Amino acid sequence: MSSQESPETRTSTEPEAPRDASGTPVISVDKLVKKYGERTVLKGVSFDIQPGQVVALVGPSGGGKSTALRCMTGLEPFHDGAIRVGDAKLTPGPLARHKHELARLRLESGLVFQTWHLFPHMTALENVHEAPVHVKRVPLEVARNKAKVLLEKVGLSHRQDAMPRNMSGGEQQRCAIARALAMEPKVLFMDEPTSALDPQRVGDLVELLDHLKTSEKLTFVIVTHEMKFAEKLADRTLVLYEGHVIEDGHPKDILVAPKDPRTRTFLGLDDA
Amino acid sequence: MYTHGVTSRARIARWLALIPLVLLAGALLSCGGHRETALERVRRTGILRWGGDIQGGEPYVFEDPGQPGRLIGFEVEVADAVAREMGVQAEFVQNDWSNLVPSLERGSFDVIMNGLEVTPARADTVLFTRPYFVFSAQLVTRRDDESATSLDALENHRVGTLASSFSWEILRERPVEVVAYEGTEEPYADLRAGRLDGVLLDDIIATRYGLVHPELHLTEDVADGYYAVACRQRETELCEAIDEALAAIAARGELRQILARWEIDNERQARLASWTDEDTHAMLLVRQRATFTAHHAWLFVEGAAVTLLVSVLAMALAILLGLQLALARMYGPKPLAAVATSYVELFRGTPVLLQLHVLYFGIMPAIRAGIGVDAGTEYDAFFAAVVGLGLNYAAYEAEIYRAGIQAIPPGQMEAATVLGMSTSLALRRIIVPQAFRIALPGVTNDFIALLKDSSLVSVITVVELTKRMTITAIDVRSYLLPGLLCAGLYLALSYPLSLLSRRLEAQLARESS
Repeated sequence: MSSQESPETRTSTEPEAPRDASGTPVISVDKLVKKYGERTVLKGVSFDIQPGQVVALVGPSGGGKSTALRCMTGLEPFHDGAIRVGDAKLTPGPLARHKHELARLRLESGLVFQTWHLFPHMTALENVHEAPVHVKRVPLEVARNKAKVLLEKVGLSHRQDAMPRNMSGGEQQRCAIARALAMEPKVLFMDEPTSALDPQRVGDLVELLDHLKTSEKLTFVIVTHEMKFAEKLADRTLVLYEGHVIEDGHPKDILVAPKDPRTRTFLGLDDA
Repeated sequence: MYTHGVTSRARIARWLALIPLVLLAGALLSCGGHRETALERVRRTGILRWGGDIQGGEPYVFEDPGQPGRLIGFEVEVADAVAREMGVQAEFVQNDWSNLVPSLERGSFDVIMNGLEVTPARADTVLFTRPYFVFSAQLVTRRDDESATSLDALENHRVGTLASSFSWEILRERPVEVVAYEGTEEPYADLRAGRLDGVLLDDIIATRYGLVHPELHLTEDVADGYYAVACRQRETELCEAIDEALAAIAARGELRQILARWEIDNERQARLASWTDEDTHAMLLVRQRATFTAHHAWLFVEGAAVTLLVSVLAMALAILLGLQLALARMYGPKPLAAVATSYVELFRGTPVLLQLHVLYFGIMPAIRAGIGVDAGTEYDAFFAAVVGLGLNYAAYEAEIYRAGIQAIPPGQMEAATVLGMSTSLALRRIIVPQAFRIALPGVTNDFIALLKDSSLVSVITVVELTKRMTITAIDVRSYLLPGLLCAGLYLALSYPLSLLSRRLEAQLARESS
């Protein structure tokens, strides 16, 4: 991380973020613009994320939070601005032109999909050691042992030989987390992790992520539409609304005293 | 209710009205009176219908190139002369050559007169008149092949002929490897390509298709054979009447005049004028009918093994190539995708029979000539069978895999991508294994289809199960036992696959639910 450029200065139009960590951010998003056809979904979004932060990206659907996630994980090209994740620097233009930087991005970050996308033809254990063996060329035995440790960490060691179709939603999610962690990322992105979980399971997930945050020295970027979940887990929340960051702060502060009137609408405070 | 009652009564009445008609038809059918013989019908209508195939070409019966629609040929003139002698008119009925005998038995025409050689097998199923032409089974070899001096000299060599012909019957009695063809051009093509060392066929065919090539020459007149008119079994009167008519036109020299006009008269035809009933009797001496033996059954098993081997190898090729085609179409650069798409359309859109022909008789000899290896080998046909069927089925496999890959949710590719996999690694490890599971029931079904389609390779001389069946059926004069055994063997090959396919489908349904 020593070779990185100095932290960028923030634009004045964006609200000031609280800094509970100083130094080089692990993620820098600078004036990100993304369009789908004529529709501009991200209208110059900028934010930095410091190592070790747990950041929730919230907002109404269509606000741009999922699009921002797909841009940061290199699944979507964007039109203007820049994204840096660890040492990987993404610039506008077709993804095929950035193969080198994308490959670096994959080593810096992992993603847990909303519906997990486990490989259905592999056991839980195979799902976890597949990428280390075939992408990083880790010897199979080494990767297997590490995968077992990871499955134990997420509480799935008893299910290592199960096929995904025989696993519950919660189990599949834990397996997907272990699969992402097996590549030893600095940043773990998660897309709507609560949407397919029973309410009582959400508590388990919060517990697991809390545990991983300290044990794996991870930075979390979690897209969610549930402010409650963000409040329980995140130490920083960004509210994305119509392509802009309209709120940036501690989730409790946002809940109690939102700066932007539109946040009140999104939180449903005006209805009360 | 009231209207309904009326309509249903009306319907019943209509049905009742049919009863007398049915009874009348039954009475007519069961009428035990005198049944008109074929000869009586020919005399009554004044028309003798004779069957043949104009595709046999010059000089038999064919369309006048100068006057399309008008039929000419020495058989047209012989038929006219015979009919005139009987006081009736001859009328030609076009029929595919290979089905002439079944069509005769079905009653599509009264007689066959189209270069039908008298063979023991045919003499057992139809009545033959005296011959109207004496041909010679001629051995044609390559001029540069100095060892091929006679049929005896070709012991253990490959000799080609038409399936089920007179020459074929001769060759089967000799210690040579008989290679059976469906067309007249192909054996000489293979002889020139070095895939055969000799061809034994009628002199008319040898002159027109073989000896026109300067590198081929006539080596030996092996035996005399006969073209005769064929009538249905039991229609002795018609057969005798035609026989008498033939005798009359032969005796007064008219027959040889016709042959001379078509430049096929020679000293062999001198026998026609002095032909006796004893000669006919000798000509028809039926060789002892073969019975179905354990040896035949063993040949069937061999045929089944060839069918299985061709199918398995062709399928392996089809699966490998089909997968590459599907991937090229979906993930390849534009030009490659276009090539793959064209390939699929070309091979799906043209008959596999044509593809086999073009590959075996066209492309393979051209490649040999191109790389300077000019001698074809006996393995050419097997190789062409595997490659031809494999290339054809690859087009179908490609479409099955494409559908299978499209059925994989896009999230799978994204999940592989964010784990750092390249497209090719993701395809190999994640997408294709899943797509293959989806495609497997379809692949199994295709393999069953291929097992049956493999019977097509007999056109390029590979003797597989179906060909073995037709050869044996001609030998034992019955399709019943050979047909059942053949069907049984196909079923034994395909049914386990059928079961497997069903199990795979059930498993897939369980997994996806």
